[in-house]
Amino acid sequence: MRFLLLFSRQGKLRLQKWFTPISEREKKKIIRDMTSMVLARQPRSCNFLHWKDLKIIYKRYASLYFCLAVDNQENELLALEVIHRYVELLDKYFGNVCELDIIFNFEKAYFILDEFLIGGEIQETSKQVVNRCIESSDMLQETMEEYMSKPAF
Amino acid sequence: MALKIVKGSIDRMFDKNLQDLVRGIRNHKEDEAKYISTCIDEIKQELKQDNIAVKANAVCKLTYLQMLGYDVSWAAFNIVEVMSSSKFTYKRIGYLAASQCFHESTDVIMLTTNQIRKDLSSPNQYDTGVALTGLSCFVTPDLARDLANDIMTLMSHTKPYIRKKAVLIMYKVFLKYPESLRPAFPRLKEKLEDPDPGVQSAAVNVICELARRNPKNYLSLAPLFFKLMTSSTNNWVLIKIIKLFGALTPLEPRLGKKLIEPLTNLIHSTSAMSLLYECVNTVIAGQYCCSLGSVVLCVQKLRILIEDSDQNLKYLGLLAMSKILKTHPKSVQSHKDLILQCLDDKDESIRLRALDLLYGMVSKKNLMEIVKKLMLHVDKAEGTTYRDELLTKIIDICCQSNYQYITNFEWYISILVELTRLEGTRHGHLIASQMLDVAIRVKAIRVFAVAQMATLLDNAHLLTGNMQRNGICEVLYAAAWICGEFSEHLENPMQTLEAMLRPKVATLPGHIQAVYVQNAAKLFATVLKSQEGNTDGTAAQETSQLMIERLPLFVQSANLEVQERASCILQLVKYIQKLQQKDVEVAEEVSALFAGELNPVAPKAQKKVPVPEGLDLDAWINEPPSESESEDEQPKAIFTKEEHKHSRPRHTEVDEKELAKRREARKQEQANNPFYIKASPSSQKVYQESTGVEHIPVVQIDLSVPLKVPGLPMSDQYVKLEEERRQKQRVEKKKKEKKKRKEKHSGRGKKRDSGPESEEDITPAHMVDIVTEEMPENALPIHTPITVCDIQGNLQDGSQVVVSVIFENKCDGFLKSMEFNVLDSLNAKLQRPEGSGPHDGLTVPFQLPPGVSNEARFVFTVQSIVMPQKLKGTLTFIVKDSSTHEKLDFKLHFTCTSYLITTPCYSDAFAKLLESGDLKCSSVRLEGVSMPFHHLLARICFHHHFSVVERIDSCSSMYSRSIQGHHVCLLVKTTVSIDAKCDEPTLLGNVLDEIKQTFSQC
Repeated sequence: MRFLLLFSRQGKLRLQKWFTPISEREKKKIIRDMTSMVLARQPRSCNFLHWKDLKIIYKRYASLYFCLAVDNQENELLALEVIHRYVELLDKYFGNVCELDIIFNFEKAYFILDEFLIGGEIQETSKQVVNRCIESSDMLQETMEEYMSKPAF
Repeated sequence: MALKIVKGSIDRMFDKNLQDLVRGIRNHKEDEAKYISTCIDEIKQELKQDNIAVKANAVCKLTYLQMLGYDVSWAAFNIVEVMSSSKFTYKRIGYLAASQCFHESTDVIMLTTNQIRKDLSSPNQYDTGVALTGLSCFVTPDLARDLANDIMTLMSHTKPYIRKKAVLIMYKVFLKYPESLRPAFPRLKEKLEDPDPGVQSAAVNVICELARRNPKNYLSLAPLFFKLMTSSTNNWVLIKIIKLFGALTPLEPRLGKKLIEPLTNLIHSTSAMSLLYECVNTVIAGQYCCSLGSVVLCVQKLRILIEDSDQNLKYLGLLAMSKILKTHPKSVQSHKDLILQCLDDKDESIRLRALDLLYGMVSKKNLMEIVKKLMLHVDKAEGTTYRDELLTKIIDICCQSNYQYITNFEWYISILVELTRLEGTRHGHLIASQMLDVAIRVKAIRVFAVAQMATLLDNAHLLTGNMQRNGICEVLYAAAWICGEFSEHLENPMQTLEAMLRPKVATLPGHIQAVYVQNAAKLFATVLKSQEGNTDGTAAQETSQLMIERLPLFVQSANLEVQERASCILQLVKYIQKLQQKDVEVAEEVSALFAGELNPVAPKAQKKVPVPEGLDLDAWINEPPSESESEDEQPKAIFTKEEHKHSRPRHTEVDEKELAKRREARKQEQANNPFYIKASPSSQKVYQESTGVEHIPVVQIDLSVPLKVPGLPMSDQYVKLEEERRQKQRVEKKKKEKKKRKEKHSGRGKKRDSGPESEEDITPAHMVDIVTEEMPENALPIHTPITVCDIQGNLQDGSQVVVSVIFENKCDGFLKSMEFNVLDSLNAKLQRPEGSGPHDGLTVPFQLPPGVSNEARFVFTVQSIVMPQKLKGTLTFIVKDSSTHEKLDFKLHFTCTSYLITTPCYSDAFAKLLESGDLKCSSVRLEGVSMPFHHLLARICFHHHFSVVERIDSCSSMYSRSIQGHHVCLLVKTTVSIDAKCDEPTLLGNVLDEIKQTFSQC
């Protein structure tokens, strides 16, 4: 996998994850290309696009587009599964996830993604395991935050 | 100190956190940029504080802004600070920011090495996890080198959570620092059998990725993976393993055989489409090692995918089908119905995939049907881009591999004409070039094509009426040219001429108008010819008057080309009119202006032109421009020697790539040029194999069908017609077969009785005429029916040459009405009976049954005989049982030798002649001749019409005389050198060249 983008129907970026190092300028160009290409697609079209030497797999969930770029030999259906699994994970974590959840807790969305994928490879295919990991690291953080928000005097 | 903490926490209460920032941005939609710049100022203030919580909050906000596209690289150091916090909450934010913002050229990364190492060895597994995650995003070669060992240790960590992360990060490390692969590999291999499924799948992932880059090194792991594949139930892992095998099988064909069984099992059993698709793809990719049965299974499964209502499956099914099509076209072709259905799909990408597939599925049998279906879609299609795509596909499908699949060109012309009715297409020129190509190359179709084009010209206003449709007016270019060039086939040339001279034409683009004007002149010639034949002079004068009235419109054109041609032709017509008024017949001369046929040139024709001796095409004509001259900044460089040395090779060096590129471009250009015969290997082969006149186009137009359909034609009729034709053929074949069977009295012929007709059974109604200009010197192509046997001068008349031609009929048809014609040159002319025009052919005074040959003689008048000469000519004839004229081009080569006549000469006269001093001297050496001297002399006598005057041991003198009385004397020595004298040096030079050539051939 090369990168994962989440953007709204208006083309506003909500999340970006790059699995290979790319310069900022190029990132911006790619984001622009992706949003314009994906948003221009007719409804009820298939979810695959060819772009340069990559395959773009996108899927729309409510008002959010999930857009994943993979190498040419990769399996498109598997990539769709990856997107779907990520959505399931978000759903489980936020409880019926919506766009606003991701906007206001964007770092959480990243943390979940980091437990699921790492360096462009699937890290954990089991939903339970991912959720457990996130919960336990959140526990660690929550206690810290409680501790920090106590008045220091 | 305490005060500071108090101050910090109070400040914090007033700071914005991330939620506030997001909310703020959403509330400032109008002046977002301004709001964010104030936020960034605040963040800068916050970063200056000592409190790590404040800093972490600021960094978190920055990460958000970075996503919105703001540059935050200035805060890199602060991010490192937050990363190195001991508290997990902040560390997590720091690493997240780093993984989003850092890249290889971020210099502060160097500072993080020790911090990361510390985190990796942290007792808290989440600290380690966060560090690993971060590292996966911003690992640099330096970091990879420094941390490789630490990560390798983590691969054997007690917690699977860390192990699987470490295994996956190792892949990134290998990429950045390949040296780490060797020491780490044994451990990685171990992980394939890790008790934790997550770690196992991570290891599979990494090895699969590595193997795709360099499969050779991973062949040894095949048995292990094979075990995993048969035992694993995790589809994610299975897909990866199958992918890995896909990369390995090309290196180890035996693997393919072993794999086919588990793969087929999976294809049969799995319910997961992604896994099924992967299996099918792998089977397809490894086709060379698998049986037809598995391909059929794949096609079946793909059919299910394509029939599915899910667009994605449909798309992927078509994609995979097109891969199978390349190797097993037959198995895909049976699903044509399904592919055609996909053309109705709402999704454009699916339709385009289906179109791609159709291109490969066409055969002679189904071409018409497929194209008919596509034509329906063209009418229905919304959006010009898709319609244009359809149009180009239709043309691509029809013209692929040199019109291989077209059996009826009338049908194709009608399709092209129908396509011109498309609104707003950009591909007018494409249609036009096809029309030209077909009309030029398929001679039998010209009558029909001309009629259609005339209709098009007549209805030109329909095409050009709408400005939106101006792309299509390119078609008129082809229409005008075809009508002009082949005007002899026109039903009503006068009407077409009028259509071409309408005032409306002046609104067409310049290059089209130019063609109109030029071809109006050709038509004019044809019209004059027919009108003068009618003995009524007024009609012809009226035609001229029409031209004179209409042409001034074009003379005023702003386009130079149009103007030039128009004014030229206008003056010509005025002159013609003058002659007409004096009752002079002009038609003959006017049509002579446009005589001669434009023949396509074979792509290899250029090769036939010999490179003149001493011409070095690679040598520079001028000194090559030196590199430094173009560089204005360095004028001094001109005088430094090194610069020149540098620039020379750069110019002369032949860059293979560049050459190949240019060649490719040239091929492309030739392919697009209708006047080039495309070099299609298959057609070339067919041509060479054919003997006799099988390659001569044989026309089988069914005359019972009305060819002239009023208005624009409908191509549909041809589908029916073709059916009928094939039916007839089938019936005939059956009859023949029955006869055979009766004769044989055996029942074995049954199987072919009612089976579907195979591809080979369909004989085309028209064939593309492929002219190859590969003519041997002095004769016609070997497999053609005539050969020139002798060209001999006539002593009685100094300017006459008699050419004996042997006509041999090598085909199995009866040849009659043969006409021999030569395009006269200034110097040499065919002698025609009195009263015939300068372009009339001579009737060959006999007919030829198959396999018979006969000789005919033709007399030529030649003015100057000092130079050899080549004449082009054509032989037209009719093969009995077909009513059309066939044509054969040939060349006559008059060598200077043929002007020489063997004349005996006595030695004293010979000596006198040499002494007279009138003769110019020349000499030549024959290289590599090793034959007895008397053979050599005999050869010269025989081939070049000399006689021996005297022979003394090692040399011999020879003599000959030309038909115009030139003396040619030779002194041939055994050292195979020839000294020669003649009163005409040019003639002598040419004769010597010819002698030299004679001996170079033996």
